[in-house]
Amino acid sequence: MALANVLQSESVDFSNYGRKCRGFSSSLYETELGLESVGGDNLSFAVRTACSDGDGPERKIQFLHGTTTLAFKFQHGVIVAVDSRATAGAYIASQTVKKVIEINPYLLGTMAGGAADCSFWERLLARQCRVYELRNKERISVAAASKLLANMVYQYKGMGLSMGTMVCGWDKTGPGLYYVDSEGNRVCGDLFAVGSGSMYAYGIVDSGLKQKDLTVEEACDLGCRAIYQATYRDAYSGGQVNLYHVHSEGWNRVSQSDVLMLHQQYQAEKA
Amino acid sequence: MVEYAQEAVKKGSTAVGIRGKDIVVLGVEKKSVAKLQEERTVRKICTLDDHVCMAFAGLTADARIVINRARVECQSHRLTVEDPVTVEYITRHIATLKQRYTQSNGRRPFGISALIVGFDCDGTPRLYQTDPSGTYHAWKANAIGRSAKTVREFLEKNYTDEAIATDNESIKLAIKALLEVVQSGGKNIELAVIRRNQPLKLLESKEIETLVTEIEKEKEDEAEKKKQKKST
Repeated sequence: MALANVLQSESVDFSNYGRKCRGFSSSLYETELGLESVGGDNLSFAVRTACSDGDGPERKIQFLHGTTTLAFKFQHGVIVAVDSRATAGAYIASQTVKKVIEINPYLLGTMAGGAADCSFWERLLARQCRVYELRNKERISVAAASKLLANMVYQYKGMGLSMGTMVCGWDKTGPGLYYVDSEGNRVCGDLFAVGSGSMYAYGIVDSGLKQKDLTVEEACDLGCRAIYQATYRDAYSGGQVNLYHVHSEGWNRVSQSDVLMLHQQYQAEKA
Repeated sequence: MVEYAQEAVKKGSTAVGIRGKDIVVLGVEKKSVAKLQEERTVRKICTLDDHVCMAFAGLTADARIVINRARVECQSHRLTVEDPVTVEYITRHIATLKQRYTQSNGRRPFGISALIVGFDCDGTPRLYQTDPSGTYHAWKANAIGRSAKTVREFLEKNYTDEAIATDNESIKLAIKALLEVVQSGGKNIELAVIRRNQPLKLLESKEIETLVTEIEKEKEDEAEKKKQKKST
């Protein structure tokens, strides 16, 4: 469709027409770009940029190509699990990137896309949330926080921002999880996985969430396993698995496990 | 400049607000209309949102502007925060608006005081009063406009927990308060109530008349009892 072409829209997509084809399907939650890193304006992240057919600006975002970030709601809150690898083409730039941004003691944001964009806008969001808290004498809701972020970046739509983040928290209506990106999408949901390794992570989480009522340990284990599987198969994800749990009192960092250790652990379990 | 605005408020028709347990009541003195004038166009009680409404005393034209801005803000808040406003938030917004006009050149302060009532999301009833200088306070019951002092004194004496025990009692308290200063009874009183999770309801003149007669009967009974006590 002409409109889809002009917008180079991705996430809310009604057809596969005009896709230069990478062979990945766009789900409602995120899109991913190819594993081929041609030209330097690919982002292996949730956010699709202008295609390299010359009419969009070329975007040379260097770090954080390829990632797997994942968040899901369950009975006792929200589990947030991310990998920690940053790649530039075939070069692994870092294995120890912090992809979860702590907005405030009860709100977390994940990082996908341009690291600078993500961390800058989420810090700005933290400032807005704090001002809201002081003015209104109560914590901001996750819906409102994600809305503030979405509105802030929407003003820069089309100017080359690249950010695909999940805003996770707990407010008086319970656990909250929103996916917000620099194209202006803001979607509420129970489960999101973002990045080049997201498909593998979805496979694990979807089958693991079939049984209702996970305990906190089971949910943490599920998140860990999902990221591990993604790092196992996706070249662009790896490093450590950083796991956070958001509950009614706020968030806490559950664990940071090296993927190689996890690999040995799971192999041993299989035997 | 603010003092002149406050004088304008003191000349406006009286409005009274009462915060009950499950109900909030707003009552205003209705100025008698000219013969050819249509009654319904002069409304001193207005909704700002489904769960918040206000009455004002002072310059009607100024009030229109404030009410408009407040209504827009209620909807903007719903858009950005995905939640209805709290009564305190919208009061703060109105008060900040009024304060801005006291501190910029070329503009004069709004000549109105407002009584803002409603229920918050968690079900607590609220009553706030703002004045032309931009301050706001929460009240259990208050009056603004002409003879506000007399009404407030009446309320101070008669606002007890039993007086607001039921919805009906709260409404009667509001009417009693207004009757202190309004001449000739029910025809000159306009009354509106908000109950929890229900929109604003304007009482019809028939209902007000019934309540007024009830109140007058109660007064007579009281007077009878007192007489009997004296004579025994």
